[in-house]
Amino acid sequence: MADTTSKSYFWKGFRDGSPFIFVAIPFGTLFGVFATEAGLDIVQTIAFSATVFAGAAQFTALQLLQDNTPTAIVLASALAVNLRVAMYSASLTPFLGAAPMWQRAFAAYLTVDQSYACSIMQFEKEPKMTVPQRMAYFFGSVTPITPLWILATYLGAVLGAQIPESWALDFALPITFLAMIGPMMRTMAHVVAALVAIIVALLTVAVPFNLGLLIAGAAGMIAGAQAELMMERRKT
Amino acid sequence: MSKIDPTTMWIVIIGLAIGSFALRFVFIGFVGDRPMPPWLLRHLRYTAVAIVPALIAPLVVWPTATDGQPDLPRMAAAAVALAVGVITKNVIAAIFTGAATLYGLLYLLG
Repeated sequence: MADTTSKSYFWKGFRDGSPFIFVAIPFGTLFGVFATEAGLDIVQTIAFSATVFAGAAQFTALQLLQDNTPTAIVLASALAVNLRVAMYSASLTPFLGAAPMWQRAFAAYLTVDQSYACSIMQFEKEPKMTVPQRMAYFFGSVTPITPLWILATYLGAVLGAQIPESWALDFALPITFLAMIGPMMRTMAHVVAALVAIIVALLTVAVPFNLGLLIAGAAGMIAGAQAELMMERRKT
Repeated sequence: MSKIDPTTMWIVIIGLAIGSFALRFVFIGFVGDRPMPPWLLRHLRYTAVAIVPALIAPLVVWPTATDGQPDLPRMAAAAVALAVGVITKNVIAAIFTGAATLYGLLYLLG
């Protein structure tokens, strides 16, 4: 990736990805605070953010662990929350699949909402980009976020220990997630998926081991997929 | 809330680290340029919008901090965060208005 055009695509990605630091910093800080409240030490908190690198899945795992959920179900639920990155990986594959394996492995680790959103827009806008240029752009788009995400987690973990209970941080997670759901409601099918998932989640709240979450998630996914099919049929 | 046992925590961290990488790597690493079945993609599209609300809904209706008693400031904050997110498509704006609603009502009703 040493040639000049790749380098300029790296910096273009860097510029396009920069605004997302305003998401990564507060979200990372919040995770650090939340993890400390849950009793994690600094090493665990940082290791969590640095290796898993997926805020929503990390929050989910911690929430379920606090409810004494069995480990296998914690893992299954958090990975289910993270299934969307598999979707991103699938969607980027036609553009980046031809790159060398080591680059693809790095790109996999760095596949997050922000890098995906930037890259897929850019790749579709400029179909003539070469594979090295695309990789350069992709890496550029996550470069501003990655170190700040980890640093923010650290700051949150340090600050978290000093935050009084009256701050009602128990509700930071619901508010953050609800805020993230809003922009995801792109079509009627997304709304149907969310509504069905909410109803099933409330009905299955008594199911042991928090399995209701997986049941509700599956119900919502099926509902969304069916709604999409119905909308397509109506169009034709 | 109970303390999380360190061994369990490390199992979850390592398990999620490997699992998340596997999810991200499976297509770009193994599938390469081969096409995937449309029914699979159709279901994957709705994972986030199904799982995230399913996780949050019980926390909003029966908050842990109030021992499961429905709570007006928390319900209102949830409604505001969701509505602002849907209307503005701005995650940060939604977080701040939701938090402002929560603190405002907790203060007024406190």
